[in-house]
Amino acid sequence: MSKLFSKENGAVFTGPLNINNPIAVQVLGICSALAVTSQLKPAIVMGLSVTVITAFSNVIISLIRKTIPNRIRIIVQLVVVAALVTIVSNILKAYVYDVSVQLSVYVGLIITNCILMGRLEAFALQNGPWESFLDGIANGLGYAIILVIVGFVRELLGSGSLFGFQLIPSSALMENGGLYLHNGMMTMPAMALIILACVIWAHRSYNKEK
Amino acid sequence: MEHFISLFVRSIFVDNMIFAFFLGMCSYLAVSKTVKTSLGLGVAVTFVLLITVPVDYLLQVKVLQPGGLLGDVDLTFLSFILFIAVIAGIVQLVEMVVERFSPSLYAALGIFLPLIAVNCAIMGASLFMQQRIQMPAENTQAITGVWDCVAYALGSGIGWTLAIVCLAAIREKMAYSDVPKPLQGLGITFITVGLMAMAFMCFSGLKL
Repeated sequence: MSKLFSKENGAVFTGPLNINNPIAVQVLGICSALAVTSQLKPAIVMGLSVTVITAFSNVIISLIRKTIPNRIRIIVQLVVVAALVTIVSNILKAYVYDVSVQLSVYVGLIITNCILMGRLEAFALQNGPWESFLDGIANGLGYAIILVIVGFVRELLGSGSLFGFQLIPSSALMENGGLYLHNGMMTMPAMALIILACVIWAHRSYNKEK
Repeated sequence: MEHFISLFVRSIFVDNMIFAFFLGMCSYLAVSKTVKTSLGLGVAVTFVLLITVPVDYLLQVKVLQPGGLLGDVDLTFLSFILFIAVIAGIVQLVEMVVERFSPSLYAALGIFLPLIAVNCAIMGASLFMQQRIQMPAENTQAITGVWDCVAYALGSGIGWTLAIVCLAAIREKMAYSDVPKPLQGLGITFITVGLMAMAFMCFSGLKL
């Protein structure tokens, strides 16, 4: 048991959450990070789906890493990931149908999410299943954190709500005679890029100080 | 004819892969340092799109959907695996053909060619095509045949190329400007893309 939670494995787990964050530092998986974050709920569902898929594809590839011929490894990886994504996509359709409609094609696009390929190539092909599992979970969570931050800011400022729950009373809105106006820009795709840039800016200045 | 032009123009400006859907962002940010290489990548992406989207369309309509070659069996849940296999296979094929017939182009594209297989823009275009098949035929975004697919794929590819060449040109100029230290590189590139996306939003009311 002590081997399972050794210091090296601890480093494998905490690295991607901050110093080696897949989005802010390694710039992987940007496409979906921007597209699904106009509200908090789809952002969390997306983050969890990516975490699960990264963890399990890492485990599977790590288990069969010695039998995969080097030349066709990309195709093998893609098929494993595509099979997992198909399962997750059908689970989402069955249990949270409204979110899966909101996510539309971006669930399918987890297949081409660079975080997955990056972790499979860089980690799972060289390490054992348990380390790979930890690495997958940590990278997925590192990705999810950024999604939640961006989703929080965009939903709060863009439509004055969190998880669809209205925080700004409707009497305060300008069309009802109040003084507050939603920042409609925040729901547009362009602002996702700028908020992400601010997150990266903050992350870099913070890590430089240490 | 009108439908083709509408599909083509809308997929360049209104439904731009980068500015409206953020597809293919990874290679978009990584390769947009000089205009020349980004143009090469744009052409390669357009070429792969032009082949994969019609092939995936035929697979979807003739094999996976009920009423195709396999009778009433509904195999659409297999579409992810099949599409990614087609894309990976075609990228491999394109790589071999380019290597055989144009070694100079092969050397210029080099590492980018195999990377196209995991470019979200290619997979995204196939998945959007899958959604658009379901739309009613009078919708301007509907895809009803192979030629519609070709128009859509060509437009998306050109839109992607346009976006990456524009960003590369801006970044070449930006190398001489004084950007705050933590914002350098990735941060300022994101802000630039955000501003470009805002500019492209003015096309959103475009109707043909």
